Amino acid sequence: MMRHILVAVIVVLFGLIFARMVGGYVELDALRPLALDYVTRAPVELGTPNIITGILITYRGFDTLGEVAVLFMVAASVGLLLKKDDAKPASAKVSSPKVSGEKTAAAKPVLAKTEAARAAAARSAAAKANASARAATAGSVAVKSTKEAAPAEDDEAAPREASEIVRTGTEILLPLIFTFGAYVIVNGHLSAGGGFQGGAVVASGVMLMLLARPGSTLNVALLSIIESFAGVFYVGLGILGLVLAGGFLDPRFLPKGEFGAFISAGAIPLISALLGIKVGAELSVIIDRFRS
Amino acid sequence: MTTGLPVSTILLTTGFLLALIGIWGMLTHRNILRIIIGFAVMDTGLHLVMVATGYITLGTAPIIDGALSKADAASRAIDPIPSALVVTAIVIGLSVTAVMLAYAIRLYAAKKTLSIDAFTESKW
Amino acid sequence: MLEFLLLLVCASILVSGVLAVCLKNVLPAMVASGLASLFAAVSFLLLAAPDVAMAEAAIGSGLATFIFLYAIRKTGNGKG
Repeated sequence: MMRHILVAVIVVLFGLIFARMVGGYVELDALRPLALDYVTRAPVELGTPNIITGILITYRGFDTLGEVAVLFMVAASVGLLLKKDDAKPASAKVSSPKVSGEKTAAAKPVLAKTEAARAAAARSAAAKANASARAATAGSVAVKSTKEAAPAEDDEAAPREASEIVRTGTEILLPLIFTFGAYVIVNGHLSAGGGFQGGAVVASGVMLMLLARPGSTLNVALLSIIESFAGVFYVGLGILGLVLAGGFLDPRFLPKGEFGAFISAGAIPLISALLGIKVGAELSVIIDRFRS
Repeated sequence: MTTGLPVSTILLTTGFLLALIGIWGMLTHRNILRIIIGFAVMDTGLHLVMVATGYITLGTAPIIDGALSKADAASRAIDPIPSALVVTAIVIGLSVTAVMLAYAIRLYAAKKTLSIDAFTESKW
Repeated sequence: MLEFLLLLVCASILVSGVLAVCLKNVLPAMVASGLASLFAAVSFLLLAAPDVAMAEAAIGSGLATFIFLYAIRKTGNGKG
């Protein structure tokens, strides 16, 4: 009881602070000077119609780089925390390597294809939707066939099979979700979206795949390699900006192009695609760590 | 049915109230998972507050296209800086939640309970 | 009309937040917190910030809820 009164006092004090902040707040009717500077400069200097993406990737590009580093550290530390203890009985291990090894081998081309499709989508505008959809479809078919080839013969820990409706729905939705994720990533400089949002959409597609096929495994090693390379290329583009243009992560070393065209805004679409790949891979790894 | 208040003030108040609800939940519960849920609620409330402070009366999204010309942008677009900050804050919020949940799972594996009353080693 | 929608969304956010904190069982509480996140995404749209709305809808109400689900399953359904 005493504790509840104390908590109520704390909440009331916070409430007083917040009430003062609300009381002193008036809705803006013009932009603040810094925002005005960004809004007027970003379309002219960078050639990006979406000013938020311009701020995220260029003006606050260092922040974004630091943030994906934080995300990487979170993926690593979650893996460390949720690592299986070595004290587990050996019998459970003996049966699993055969099945999981088989699945991992089959899952590798799947993910490779999806990633390759996303990388290709970043470069060529024409074939992006088709390629990604095809790769994703091929991926889901491949996972399904392995699932059926290796029936769940694990011991009591074997997850329950998803129902017919869930599996069929996943087959229809998964290509759409991956295509939408790729679209959001590569159109970040033109419309709402960008690397973070698209990466999250792709990760939620991966989540759906894991939900519908509880037995399938994700190739975490390949995902780690992909996201490490994305990080290296991200920093490499930043250094290119330092050498060829005004500063670290300055995207103006590539031509600005026509305002509002798909290939425009210098290196912003490239950086956005790398960011999307990195965020998508890291979030997928975090989900998989929690699942296993 | 009109309140006469501006849009952003209403949502600012909502965000602060949600943050207060989250703080209340974090401080009253003894179950670690409930504390983390309270943290997630508080997080959402503070995101709402930050985006609300960037709103401009009758503003539109800062994306230049057919509906918003370059010349108009300075007078009609909302403040893009809070939006850009909140996009990163959401991702970091998920990361912090994930680390907390990983610790919760480890603590449960150690003591087979989630109540913080059972974890007395670190008390002084 | 828009004002009514706004007040409806605000009420939904607050009710979901209260449910997330007050519900006895952890699983419904977790779903309620994801719901608060989803309504917050709608309100970001009303504040003319579609980028944030997209991130909140995908991450806050999608991935976070899902990670909670796995954590609840691994901690004996959140009892104790």
